[in-house]
Amino acid sequence: MSKSLRRTAYPGKLIIVEGIDGSGKSTQLDLLRKWLMSQNYLVAFSEWNSSPMVNRITKRGKKTKALSPISFSLIHAADFLDRLERQILPALEAGAIVLADRYVFTAFARDVARGCEPQWVRDEYSMAVHPTLAMYFRVPLDESLNRILVGRPELKYYEAGLDLGWSSDPYESFRLFQGRILQEYDKIVEEYGLAVIDATQPLVKQQEQVRELVTPLLEGSLKVSLRAWREALTKESLLGRYLEEIGANGGTGEQS
Amino acid sequence: MTQVRFYGSPLPHFSETELPGKFIVIEGTDGVGRSTQIALLQEWLEGLGFAATATGLRRSNLAGKGIARAKQGHTVSDSVMHLLYATDLADRLETQIIPALRAGMVVLTDRYIYSLIVRAQARGTDPQWIRKVVGFALVPDAIFYLQADLPHLVPRVLATRGFDYWESGMDFLKGRKLFRNYVRYQTRLLAQFDAIADEFGFRRIDANCSVVDVFSDLRREVSAVVTPMKREGVEEE
Repeated sequence: MSKSLRRTAYPGKLIIVEGIDGSGKSTQLDLLRKWLMSQNYLVAFSEWNSSPMVNRITKRGKKTKALSPISFSLIHAADFLDRLERQILPALEAGAIVLADRYVFTAFARDVARGCEPQWVRDEYSMAVHPTLAMYFRVPLDESLNRILVGRPELKYYEAGLDLGWSSDPYESFRLFQGRILQEYDKIVEEYGLAVIDATQPLVKQQEQVRELVTPLLEGSLKVSLRAWREALTKESLLGRYLEEIGANGGTGEQS
Repeated sequence: MTQVRFYGSPLPHFSETELPGKFIVIEGTDGVGRSTQIALLQEWLEGLGFAATATGLRRSNLAGKGIARAKQGHTVSDSVMHLLYATDLADRLETQIIPALRAGMVVLTDRYIYSLIVRAQARGTDPQWIRKVVGFALVPDAIFYLQADLPHLVPRVLATRGFDYWESGMDFLKGRKLFRNYVRYQTRLLAQFDAIADEFGFRRIDANCSVVDVFSDLRREVSAVVTPMKREGVEEE
């Protein structure tokens, strides 16, 4: 494994998924999350490009097509670092299972495909911690394109890699860009030892593999009862009439 | 002519080796008079017939507003702030500085990566990390460091806008006393500027004296940088 991500001794576990668009990684992570929550594990979730403070700049940059490969990379690093400090590390320190939909490897693959130096991007993210488990959902380019391009959706400018000027046709540009990202992922899988999951298998088979990989990590993880009031209702023969008013009955157990 | 060199790995998709303009950076701590001197220099250069343009931190279209917002709410950490400043710098470099240099202009830049590095070092962020992150920065033709000591800075700051929360390091230093923190933080910044002066080849300009005297020194130095531009493009005899 690479030396560039630091190892920590936090009690929590960091589980991340990677893969190109259309690999099905988010679906699998969502299934995993629900499975863990059904067992009362304390689960935190962090999604790529979602820091409220930084996201406004990113959105503005994308909307005005003002981002270059470097500024695209820097603003995503700012977003990541903000989430790392605010969500991921505190949750790991507290002993939670942190699930991340995309992690630094997304930047390593995407920014390098855009022309940034591999080492520069790795240096940029050197404050990241090594995940406990990193799963890469490998899918052939044509398969992922089939999944995404069904119904010919409108591809966004940066999503399609149109900023690179490889092709003026969004679909052709997207295909070329995803192909380059796929090549980078292959290098990353080796460099960082990501667990590869064949994303062409039936979804249920993939989830089986995911759970197999995750199960050994769960020992000693924090559990929390998200609906502790249920027990009280049963024991005291109460209906919980007023719980709805405080929002406890309205499915807050879904929050993490 | 600016020889194209980068501190670290070059900007992606950048192939020129020379740019016809001149890239001049004015550095120095808060309240030392950088913006005044740049305003004077720009007017003076234009009077001589040089096309000149000025740019400074947080003036990018991309991240300028976002940084101002983040500062207002005190909502992001030092490291995130460094990355936002780096984003702002990359954007200005690619959309303002380099195009102006390509057009043959004299670019006067109010602060550059050195302020970012100094700030990181004074605040305890990994100094190597920030150096690597801003490695895409183009090496300027000249860096003038306006150097003043604290006894000279204090009255100027007081006479103009007063002690600023951020310029006093109030967000990370202990204690609520503004003046005491201002002194501590600015002392640290000055020491850090001093520490990196040789590494980056700063030309020191004594800024303890009057605006006129500083300008006269700067003018002489800048003149030496831009005068060769008049001879370029002319056949050597």
